[in-house]
Amino acid sequence: MPDLLEFKNLRIEATSYPPGEPPRDVVLVDGVSVSVAKGKVLGLIGESGAGKSTIGLSAMSFGRGGVRLTGGEILLNGRNIRGMDAAGLRALRGREVTYVAQSAAAAFNPAKRLMEQVIETTLHHGIMGRAEAEARAVMLFGKLGLPNPESFGRRYPHQVSGGQLQRAMTAMALCPKPDLVIFDEPTTALDVTTQIDVLAAIKEAIRDTGVAALYITHDLAVVAQVSDDILVLRHGKMVEYGTVADIITAPKQAYTQALVSVRSIDHHEKPEAPAVLSVQNITARYAGTTFDVLKNVTVDLPAGQTLAVVGESGSGKSTLARVITGLLPAAQGRISFAGRTLSADLAGRTKDDLRELQMIYQMADVAMNPRQTVGTIIGRPLEFYFGLKGEAKRQRVQDLLDQIEMGKGFIDRYPAELSGGQKQRVCIARALAAKPKLIICDEVTSALDPLVADGILKLLLDLQAREGVAYLFITHDLATVRAIADRIAVMYRGQVVRYGGKTDVLTPPYDDYTDLLLSSAPEMRIGWLEEVLAHRKMESAGN
Amino acid sequence: MHPILKLVVQRIALGLLLLLAVSLLIFAGTEALPGDVAQSILGQSATPEALANLREALGLNEPAMTRYFKWLGGILTGDFGVALTNGQDIGQAIGQRLGNTLFLATSAAVISVPLAILLGLVAARYNGRWPDKLISGVTLSTISLPEFVAAYFVIYLLTQLIPIFQPVAMVFPGMSFWEKLQAVALPVIVLVLVVLAHMMRMTRAAVLNVMQSAYIETAELKGLGPMTVIWRHALPNAIAPIISVVVLNLAYLVVGVVVVEVVFSYNALGQYLVDHVAKRDLPVVQAVGLIFAAVYIGLNILADVISILANPRLRHPK
Repeated sequence: MPDLLEFKNLRIEATSYPPGEPPRDVVLVDGVSVSVAKGKVLGLIGESGAGKSTIGLSAMSFGRGGVRLTGGEILLNGRNIRGMDAAGLRALRGREVTYVAQSAAAAFNPAKRLMEQVIETTLHHGIMGRAEAEARAVMLFGKLGLPNPESFGRRYPHQVSGGQLQRAMTAMALCPKPDLVIFDEPTTALDVTTQIDVLAAIKEAIRDTGVAALYITHDLAVVAQVSDDILVLRHGKMVEYGTVADIITAPKQAYTQALVSVRSIDHHEKPEAPAVLSVQNITARYAGTTFDVLKNVTVDLPAGQTLAVVGESGSGKSTLARVITGLLPAAQGRISFAGRTLSADLAGRTKDDLRELQMIYQMADVAMNPRQTVGTIIGRPLEFYFGLKGEAKRQRVQDLLDQIEMGKGFIDRYPAELSGGQKQRVCIARALAAKPKLIICDEVTSALDPLVADGILKLLLDLQAREGVAYLFITHDLATVRAIADRIAVMYRGQVVRYGGKTDVLTPPYDDYTDLLLSSAPEMRIGWLEEVLAHRKMESAGN
Repeated sequence: MHPILKLVVQRIALGLLLLLAVSLLIFAGTEALPGDVAQSILGQSATPEALANLREALGLNEPAMTRYFKWLGGILTGDFGVALTNGQDIGQAIGQRLGNTLFLATSAAVISVPLAILLGLVAARYNGRWPDKLISGVTLSTISLPEFVAAYFVIYLLTQLIPIFQPVAMVFPGMSFWEKLQAVALPVIVLVLVVLAHMMRMTRAAVLNVMQSAYIETAELKGLGPMTVIWRHALPNAIAPIISVVVLNLAYLVVGVVVVEVVFSYNALGQYLVDHVAKRDLPVVQAVGLIFAAVYIGLNILADVISILANPRLRHPK
């Protein structure tokens, strides 16, 4: 029996328009040959730019933007769909192959009720009548663990949570009884505790409906839970292909080995030291509201050390950063910094307060002015705080660039010419330029690929050892916390539920929330998902 | 109270407040005009006694605030006063002409709004291809013509080259609806040509903007055809900006078409206003100005309310 889907020597190209240069064709995917049998799940894994999504969408013969499928064969149910005419493609999209996008929140039409969207494909292709399709949707809502399946479809997308939308999108993909579903990073945008529920729901739905799937993700631990086979991709080429067990227990290629063993940093907790930052009984709320986003938060950060603040979205971690920087004055409580009490309001702070407390953000590309060169960006705090000008300033910028391992030649470049990791390094150099005592790092590695993120973390630790700067490190990722923290504060709904040295915090017995959070971080072994779900004490907050 | 109802009530209250401010502005503006009404009625050769008597009769000697409140109170009770130049009741004179204005504006809107939106959707569907360029090219050239040029062009084409219409659009009381419709055919064609481009371009831009959204890709990957995607998934999310431009054009059709009225000798509010501005008949100018302002504010409130209703987040709060 032929396979359901087979790529033969697939080649995908696009035209790139680099600034100031003539457009040129770039090869996104080259020489990919792989197949998916009926009812099987193939995991596509790789870093951003590896071509995972591009390959996934090519299973519907769809190229995003100017992407062109230029070579090879895409055999779906025995026929080549590459180069098929528009009418033929419309007939197979949504009928034979369906798609689950990364951000269900953006992939649902905000103006339509969920039911209308979930059964749209089924009705459009005449697969079922309306009553039958609605009944199937309700059945799928129930199977995917959505609350009140009977009435769920009457809601609008903004009325349900992100985790629920992701499940609704899975229901939308399964409703027309397709042969193949493409899951494009379906859990990446979710909190870990929500991710695990959605992952379990998807896995069960795949098993019960017997549908085949392409499961795209950058997280090897996640794909190990749902796939039968894994294809590792890099720069659009196949690196390694094999069963899940082969890939995660006995990877052959060096790149796969690096992916499997990522987070190689071994950081030991530093001994107690006097605090550089002391946050005492902070309560905060946003203007015009009565809801306390932070409730009675007290934490200390020893000089030259790292305090990791972990929690899910909405737990108040970024608000804590806003309070410390003075962007959101606290309603109650006191912040002492370097032996003095900080004014709650930004306007009441001295220039030294500002200089000694710097910040690095998650999205490095929007934290820099795209029309300024790296030299101007890093030079600005040098001029503002130290009055450096001309050659002295340029020399100092170059020193800082050396410190972040970017060397010569970058000083006159623009942010658009840098990779994601390099942009984040420039932001680090800009923060360092002020010679701060404390840098607040807000999810600085969350948007980066694991290997690149690893490099950034190593650099941060390195700089800490040399400059003695303290970090308040905000993250939702526990692996990052393990790698970098000396002290940890676990936040849940605006409160610190667990706080102490890293070893203490990460040693049982845990409170219920920390237990949920720790157990939800995917581990790279087969059967982990089932094991965790069997031992849970508490429902995740996202439901 | 339902949040939508609250928002709507707020908008209407704000609109009324704005109208009050506009009435003050109109009154102050006409007050500030140089010259003297009594003088301009009686002419340069008037005797001082005659002038004083007329001022007394017109109430011009009272303080401005008193006159403002008298004027406002009159309008609130339906009394717009009398025209200085011919002693006619302003309310009556306006009533009939306002009917004509609204008839012309409605006729033009009924054709131009659906046509503009349809053309905008087609242009968005064929973005960058020849139907898009053709639609944009034609509508942009018609909007670039001054109204009177367009008007004379249409008159020449449809009364001289192909004589199927009358060059003047005279309407009288007692004409049947069908006769009136025939009479306004030419000005309606001109107005449609003038307002089409603006609304069509906005529809196209708003829809193309929405077409960048992830849910449009979702719809395409469901296998829906391009027009279905636009109609079902893009348009409902592009309503708000389209409505605001449509309403601006509707307001223009009511208050801004005096040139077209003059070219076709159509007896409506715009001409009435211009005539009396020339004669310095301030009560008429004030009354018509206030009506125009009310139309503008009313239509903009309508646009706001429709935009609010089109937003599911406001219609169905969490």
